[in-house]
Amino acid sequence: MNKRVVITGMGVVAPNGVGVEDFNKSLKAGKSGIRFWEESKRLNFRCHVGGKPPVTREIIEEQLPPFIAKKITNNAVIYGCLAGLEAWRDAGLDTHPEKRDPDTGSVFGSGALSMDSYIDTKIYPIDQGEHKKLGTISIPETMASGASAFLNNTLAFGNRTMANSSACITGSEALALGFETVQSGMAKRMLCGSTEGDGRYIWSGFDAMRILCSVSNDEPEKASRPMNIKPMGFVPAGGAGALVIEDLDTALERGAKIYAEILSSHFNSGGQREGGSMTAPNSDAVQECISQCIDKSGIDIREIDLISGHLTSTKGDVIEVKNWSKTLGLPKEEFPYINTPKSMIGHCIGGAGSVELVACLLQMRDGYIHPNLNLGEIHPEISELVPAERIPTTRVDREISTVIKANFGFGDLNCVILLRKWK
Amino acid sequence: MTREALLEKVKEIIKPYVGDGEAFDNLTEASDLINDLKINSAHVVDIVLDIESEFDIMIDDDAINDMTTVASSIDLIQSKME
Repeated sequence: MNKRVVITGMGVVAPNGVGVEDFNKSLKAGKSGIRFWEESKRLNFRCHVGGKPPVTREIIEEQLPPFIAKKITNNAVIYGCLAGLEAWRDAGLDTHPEKRDPDTGSVFGSGALSMDSYIDTKIYPIDQGEHKKLGTISIPETMASGASAFLNNTLAFGNRTMANSSACITGSEALALGFETVQSGMAKRMLCGSTEGDGRYIWSGFDAMRILCSVSNDEPEKASRPMNIKPMGFVPAGGAGALVIEDLDTALERGAKIYAEILSSHFNSGGQREGGSMTAPNSDAVQECISQCIDKSGIDIREIDLISGHLTSTKGDVIEVKNWSKTLGLPKEEFPYINTPKSMIGHCIGGAGSVELVACLLQMRDGYIHPNLNLGEIHPEISELVPAERIPTTRVDREISTVIKANFGFGDLNCVILLRKWK
Repeated sequence: MTREALLEKVKEIIKPYVGDGEAFDNLTEASDLINDLKINSAHVVDIVLDIESEFDIMIDDDAINDMTTVASSIDLIQSKME
């Protein structure tokens, strides 16, 4: 018998807001966190804009355990720990446990955790024959499970404690993996999230692929424009999100506040065949992923209030909307609302899914649909399928009960999650 | 540098690695790094690195084994600075 699984805590570190309430304010107001970065210009990048979360020294000292606050320089680890601990506190759980809890585990992933800007201070000494200077924290600061390991150090998980890495679906996949773990009764509670650092070492590879936006360097806030007629490439960003999930009985027993129920999830791959590649999706697999998720939930397609898309501001946006339209099979006028926070925060890569899931929960909690900035003229192939008013450019205040969230990633990976507001 | 001044510097260096806040408040020269201050044994290596850079000295691997207490750490620094 499957357990029902609910979300009881959330935390976020995003380019337009550090902490859930700060992020919520920015989402509601349509506030961009995309800025110009001199460093990218100096190093001959094509794209000089990006999203770096405004994490201050004060925030770090106040919210992180002293050792992490003083000694960790890797932003991916810092963002992940900030988001994870915020979610834990939000769920009303103990942040100083004496003993490990065998019923609680974690899935906390990352995209390229070790590629954060700390490379120059930690890795370069190796080539100078000074590897001894690495000390003992260079390993947890470079291993993919680094953020997970420091969170475990603080929160003492006793159940399965994993770190997934699946490019841009990492965050939603972390939730899906945690969901399956709790749904099957293997754990009562999981912390699920993901993180990505930021800066030149991560962004350079994408810049070299010519898939970043290079035409808006003088207008950073206008660079990310999902679903626009001229998608000019994505805007790179860092960030992290985290959710605490529990089986319903456990949450009710301890009187936890409940944001939403996870109705279903599905993740698959297009196998990099039939149109799928390292960077392009196999549309058959995308459609299968969406429909499998909906089928598992048992809901009627017309119950979906909002699609929180992947929508990176690339030519993939058209393919994505076509896949949504084809899979849902609704007449144009019944297409659900669709948005993505990427117009405000860029693409947080491995952190994206988790940050965007927090955005989904906030929209359900407070009853609104955040705007899509910089939409301008909608891509004609999208206009054909979706009424303009369903791609809001200003906030729409309305009850949101059911959200379908998708992320698609490098390597031809897909992940879809269905959430329902808890009432 | 006086021994008191060295003690203050060493306290500052080891503070982030101390696992028990109360133990740090009660720190004396006799405090054992691992048993009293609950410092993870792996972090003794980090403390050595921080000491090396703070005092511009080199501490060889064998000497690390003698660094068991706050007092022995200060002794080691003093001997290297002479």
